[in-house]
Amino acid sequence: MNPAKILMGAFLVNNIILMRFIGLCPFFGVSTSLDTSIGMSAAVLFVMMLATWVSWLLYHVLLLPLGLVFLRTAVFILVIAGLVQFVEMVLKKYVRGLYSSLGIYLPLITTNCAILGVTFLNIDYRFDLLQSTLFAVGTALGFALAIMLFAAIRERLEDSPISPSFRGYPIAFVGASLVSLAFLGFTSLFGISL
Amino acid sequence: MSAPSRWKYFADGIIKENPVLILMIGLCPTLATSVSARDALGMAAAVTFVLIGSNVVVSLIRKVVPGSVRIPIFIIIISTFVTIIDYVLQAYQPALYRVLGVFVPLIVVNCIILGRAEAFAYGHGVFDSLLDALGKSAGYALVMLVMGSVREIFAAGTWFGYAVTPAWFRAAPVLFMIFPPGAFFLIGILKGIVNRLTAGRV
Repeated sequence: MNPAKILMGAFLVNNIILMRFIGLCPFFGVSTSLDTSIGMSAAVLFVMMLATWVSWLLYHVLLLPLGLVFLRTAVFILVIAGLVQFVEMVLKKYVRGLYSSLGIYLPLITTNCAILGVTFLNIDYRFDLLQSTLFAVGTALGFALAIMLFAAIRERLEDSPISPSFRGYPIAFVGASLVSLAFLGFTSLFGISL
Repeated sequence: MSAPSRWKYFADGIIKENPVLILMIGLCPTLATSVSARDALGMAAAVTFVLIGSNVVVSLIRKVVPGSVRIPIFIIIISTFVTIIDYVLQAYQPALYRVLGVFVPLIVVNCIILGRAEAFAYGHGVFDSLLDALGKSAGYALVMLVMGSVREIFAAGTWFGYAVTPAWFRAAPVLFMIFPPGAFFLIGILKGIVNRLTAGRV
């Protein structure tokens, strides 16, 4: 598959949150302000790249040759959980600046289905390492775009006159529906299907 | 413990502590796989299997699992059941498996399952944990059935594959509901209705 198609497909057409519904917890959880959205997006980009490389290598170097493909689910989730802990410790010790901006988001990422979802999709689509990397970058950028757009909408919703039953989650879902509707317009952009 | 309070473990999960509409967890598969009533119930069945398995096993070994390593152990138990259901669906329900896709392995990070292991099964007996799993699963299946039914009826004019709307409606259905925006819209409306009904009571 064409590298540009993989990148743009993951970024816009098959946006991980708005089109695939993977990673909704952070989407609704941290999109309450633009600052936290940016922090979370940076952390997701960082971990998604690392997780993609580690899981791809593990799968193709270890699980596939040894015939242990059925251990995929267990191995990926444990490796990602361990990886996030390790990254957190390294950042804390050596890169204080980055740790203070990303640190609080890292534990939240451990069971983030967006990270795990991308590692599974890389295998399902039979991507090579370069394609997997592009897919991870595109997905993380798509995550960032969706969450930042949505944060801006939510900041406005705070001051809008909304019926009490619809305050909070319900109106956030309806807002997400409208953002998602806009993204539906990207369907078949560059000939990429849903 | 008396029978009525045990019954509560089961009943709470259906309405009062409904995982999706009250606790707002496990949203991703709820929105993604509720494209038709049949697919939605298929996903609910897979989640039920994993939730019952994980709750029972976690409860069985709760006395020998040290607190400091409980989360990795829970995850291994859950991923075992997820792998089982992954292969069973692939072998016996290939059509359903294609629809559910990546959401089958992703059950491993479904907050409902890890949440119940941590919040309930780790501190309760086997029978109570089983009741809790059944109740939460029933609540989940109820939401999936409602979501899947509404989306299928609006977007295809059918229910479980049977035509339930007039022919003119099926000729030009509300396709919006089958697309991702329709799922967001529907869950927002459902949550709003639940908020209205439970205002001041939950």
